[in-house]
Amino acid sequence: MPSALASHGPLDGFSWPQTEAFSLRLAPPAARLVLRGDGAVAAAAGAAFGVAIPQTPLRAAAAAGRVALWLGPDEWLLMSEGEAPTLLAAMLEDALKQLPHSLVDVSQRQIGLQIEGANAARALNAGCPLDLSPAAFAVGAATRTMLAKAEIVLWRRGANAFHIDVWRSFADYAAKFLVEAAARAPR
Amino acid sequence: MTSSFRQSLGGRIDRSRPLGFSFDGRRYAGFAGDTLASALLANGVHLVGRSYKYHRPRGILSAGAEEPNALVGIDDGFGRFTPNLRATQVALVEGLKAQSQHRWPSLRYDVGEINDVLGSLFSAGFYYKTFMGPHWLAPNWAWKNLFEPVVRRAAGLGDAPHEPDPDRYAQYFEHCDVLVIGAGPAGLAAAKAAAASGARVIVCDEQGELGGSLLSEHQATIDGVAAADWLSATLDELAKAPNVRLTPRTQAFGYYAQNFLGLAETVDDAERRANPNAPRERLWQVRAKEVVLACGALERPLVFPDNDRPGVMLADAARVYLHRYAVKVGDAVVVAAAHDNGYRVALDLAAAGVRVARVVDLREAPSGTGFDAARGAGLGVATGAKLVGTRGRLRVSAVGVETDAGVEWIDCDALLMAGGFTPSVHLYSQSRGKVVWDEARQMFLPGVSGQRERSAGACRGVFALAEALADGARAGTQAARAAGFAAADPAIPRVDNAPETQGGTMGDVSARGRAHAKAFVDFQNDVAAKDIRLAVREGMRSIEHVKRYTTTGMATDQGKTSNLNALAIAAQMLGKSPPQVGLTSFRPPYTPVTFGTLAGASRGELFDPVRRTPIHGWAEANGAAFEDVGLWKRAHYFARAGEDMPAAVAREVEGTRERVGLFDASTLGKIEVVGPDAAVFLERMYTNPFARLEVGRCRYAPMLNEQGFIMDDGVVARLAPDRFHVTTTTGGAARVLNQMEDYLQTEFPELKVWLTSTSEQWTTIAVQGPRARNLIEPFIEGVDISAEAAPHMSVREARFAGVRARLMRVSFTGELGFEINLPPEFARAAWAALAEAGRAYDAVAYGTEAMHVMRAEKGYIIVGQDTDGTVTPDDVGLAWAVGKLKKDFVGKRSLTLPDRLGANRKQLVGLLSEDPAHVFEVGAQVVDSAQPSQGTHALGHVTSSCLSPTLVGSIALALVENGRARKGERLYVAGLPAKVSETTFYDPEGTRLHA
Repeated sequence: MPSALASHGPLDGFSWPQTEAFSLRLAPPAARLVLRGDGAVAAAAGAAFGVAIPQTPLRAAAAAGRVALWLGPDEWLLMSEGEAPTLLAAMLEDALKQLPHSLVDVSQRQIGLQIEGANAARALNAGCPLDLSPAAFAVGAATRTMLAKAEIVLWRRGANAFHIDVWRSFADYAAKFLVEAAARAPR
Repeated sequence: MTSSFRQSLGGRIDRSRPLGFSFDGRRYAGFAGDTLASALLANGVHLVGRSYKYHRPRGILSAGAEEPNALVGIDDGFGRFTPNLRATQVALVEGLKAQSQHRWPSLRYDVGEINDVLGSLFSAGFYYKTFMGPHWLAPNWAWKNLFEPVVRRAAGLGDAPHEPDPDRYAQYFEHCDVLVIGAGPAGLAAAKAAAASGARVIVCDEQGELGGSLLSEHQATIDGVAAADWLSATLDELAKAPNVRLTPRTQAFGYYAQNFLGLAETVDDAERRANPNAPRERLWQVRAKEVVLACGALERPLVFPDNDRPGVMLADAARVYLHRYAVKVGDAVVVAAAHDNGYRVALDLAAAGVRVARVVDLREAPSGTGFDAARGAGLGVATGAKLVGTRGRLRVSAVGVETDAGVEWIDCDALLMAGGFTPSVHLYSQSRGKVVWDEARQMFLPGVSGQRERSAGACRGVFALAEALADGARAGTQAARAAGFAAADPAIPRVDNAPETQGGTMGDVSARGRAHAKAFVDFQNDVAAKDIRLAVREGMRSIEHVKRYTTTGMATDQGKTSNLNALAIAAQMLGKSPPQVGLTSFRPPYTPVTFGTLAGASRGELFDPVRRTPIHGWAEANGAAFEDVGLWKRAHYFARAGEDMPAAVAREVEGTRERVGLFDASTLGKIEVVGPDAAVFLERMYTNPFARLEVGRCRYAPMLNEQGFIMDDGVVARLAPDRFHVTTTTGGAARVLNQMEDYLQTEFPELKVWLTSTSEQWTTIAVQGPRARNLIEPFIEGVDISAEAAPHMSVREARFAGVRARLMRVSFTGELGFEINLPPEFARAAWAALAEAGRAYDAVAYGTEAMHVMRAEKGYIIVGQDTDGTVTPDDVGLAWAVGKLKKDFVGKRSLTLPDRLGANRKQLVGLLSEDPAHVFEVGAQVVDSAQPSQGTHALGHVTSSCLSPTLVGSIALALVENGRARKGERLYVAGLPAKVSETTFYDPEGTRLHA
């Protein structure tokens, strides 16, 4: 049932930089679920989700608006663009009811940001100490890491395209930090 | 203004781009490609500063980062002022304004020069000996009250800016396979070899132009072409390679653990003009797989009386100024040499038309190609000479030389010192490598590598051009291979026509009988040879002690030109070899790094994340004053027009108690505990039992640490047999999750339960007060929230105005209360809707202060306020929350330790001031007499204290020894009487809670 209440976000009114070298935008709304459990849970959830849930550390698997990110040996972040979290959760719970697991809705906990452009990696590297060269952090790599003083989930979607998820109250800091970092980078 | 010392041809300056600049208000001209130092010298300006202690006139000593004298304040044409920059490293730009430092009223006439005359008063250890104060004064009294204020005014180098820095600074992490530090011949050869293997290579160099010594090499040929041509071809090749980054103006200042290096890049004028967003400096934090150190070597000055006058310079610097900047450092020079480089410099200067008045060789019988060539060119050479001193006030005018023929004063306007070269082992030493003394060559060289690095070229004593190029190429290949690349054996460039030089001396080379003159060792800290000798005479044996006693090597230049001379003087006094006396360790930074660069973006709103709740905007628009709780901004109170904080708090409390109040409790930590073993896990983590907690019910739960002390508390709500919603304190959110995860992974790995933070998945609006149910009822769909259907401590999943909500009937005020957990995106609208509907009830919004007051009235503890990490559940009256029948839980065993069961434990009690208007100070000691004598044992302290609007009087909570047995007793706080009471001041039966 659609809510009568208006929606507000921490980045309402943010001025989003959109240049060739660096662009930042809000990711489309998505259902986000944290899945915990063993390999059998991952396999069963993957079958229902329609995306094979990665067992390889630091990898993401994506298909048709859905993505599963490996965050730990028994932990994945599942995201599905434009889907209602309750429906997705109910569908997965149904597939997992015989297996001990945990599925928790975090759709509202974090905000997704998309970072693109030739300077995207450089801007992220202002606060993220990882090697983001394509050889070390290839397309499809994902990890939980730091962006300066905020924890993020980082996923490389393309050569010059990244997605980060950041907790709602840190979103303003993370977005401003990235804008600042991109502005000061060598051209 | 004509530049009388500039040659009309040659050098690497761009004569088509003249630049105007000023020094101490006087205008001069230079060219693009000049440094401030070269431009000043081109104008015949040597006097650039006053020394630190004696205020002696000082000139430009060097042409590089080692410069100890030419420290200037710079306004760089962007309206920014920076003190203490080395003129030898400041690139000249149009409109640059430079100021000399450490002089008053002017550089030429400086009152502080009196210190030079009084110099005998300021011997080594002067501070330690003088500023002790008379013994009949209290220790430190004289220093604090008499001396320090005066010394502080006189101390310091340069003026710190007073305004906030208008510039921006940036920091980036960077990774590479091979980091080459230094772009001289060895570094470039290394970069070339490593790059050929496909490795990612970064080459950094402190100078504006890459090339190092090749930039002033005008004689030698490499692979058949002039060194300058080989240099530009090599740089072109490297610049074109996609796997190579060349970074000029970038000082590698620190070498840290695991090949982590700090590089400070000065952004150049061109970039700053082209890009208004460009920062002033960038910090590159580089993680390199392999490092090649090609840091070169620094020429040593000679230690002899009055060796510090303007015009006395390092010999090789004169050659650099000549070849790179087409600047003659004087019209008539004397070269004082203990190394063959002196001949090379003398010959080059003579060829450029400078009159070389004499080459004074300190060695008895020098030989070699340089010596022969100088003789052949007809230069006057004196051998076996000693240096008596210099004359001149603001510029050297003559140098005294003692030979077998006696003392001769030779007129000159520049005196060039060739003391030999010191390999720059600073970064190697920082990397935890131990230097090794080479007795034959009298130098410290890099030994075994402490990390994945290798040195190449002059920094490891390989000075000759051909050898340095070969050494660099081999090092680059080796580094690439170590980083996992298949590097071919490098081509070694062929070098012709490069002069071979050797020699060198260390220590004091003064003529005899001049021991009391000032023969400077450390120019920047004004330490003379006699100071070192005094330190040794006074018992200092290690160079570390000599350094601290005399301050030699301690200034911003970190003894780049002085360390070895100081060591040699101390070693000679002690009759030991230099390594026996020791070499002080090299610490980062190699050259000073600005605070701006270290701070980077961490300023203003990016200094720390500011966490705002989804309701923040409403609170801001409705007069909230905020307080910082961790990184969160929380509404402290909502003042209406004309209200002060106590009035606002009283109104908020009254409104909530009488009608209904809204409170933003979003910052509470929330953890979703899910899995078949969730109840078992919670039983082990909290003191209470949960196995039989029904779905739909909540329980207040204290969490203990292993010592049995309260570390957090919260409410555990059971949503399903295998799913719990757990709340924590705002400040404890991360700590509690960590503690749970820690136990789960290390102690209870067999449990099938998982933890997920949902702190920001839910925004919590607390609705409290007798009208709370009336207010929320119209918004709730799907559940019955009547007192019978939803009793105190129940939880329901419901819809609030159409959105999913978790509704908990809980209270931290003592009133009927609900906490509505909502999706954050709708929370602000939900709050606004409640506030609007609340008008009918005259509802209030209340902040954290009113919350504190109301919970204190009820005697509810706040962990961290009424507990301090030494408090058990029983101490604060929470024994009822401890499951006595539970087999185990974290902290249980400790609760039975004798200390935890002792008779005199501090227990939480209420304190009612006998003067109801007087509010005790939180933290104040509680004693049993009005005027306790000194040393009286405190019974405890006040933990919470406020004026209760409900009780119309002062209330307090206190931890007091054996407190519960003292009910009714009169105790004293800061001399004022108070009666010990129950902790619950209001509605002790809890009838309001269950309404």
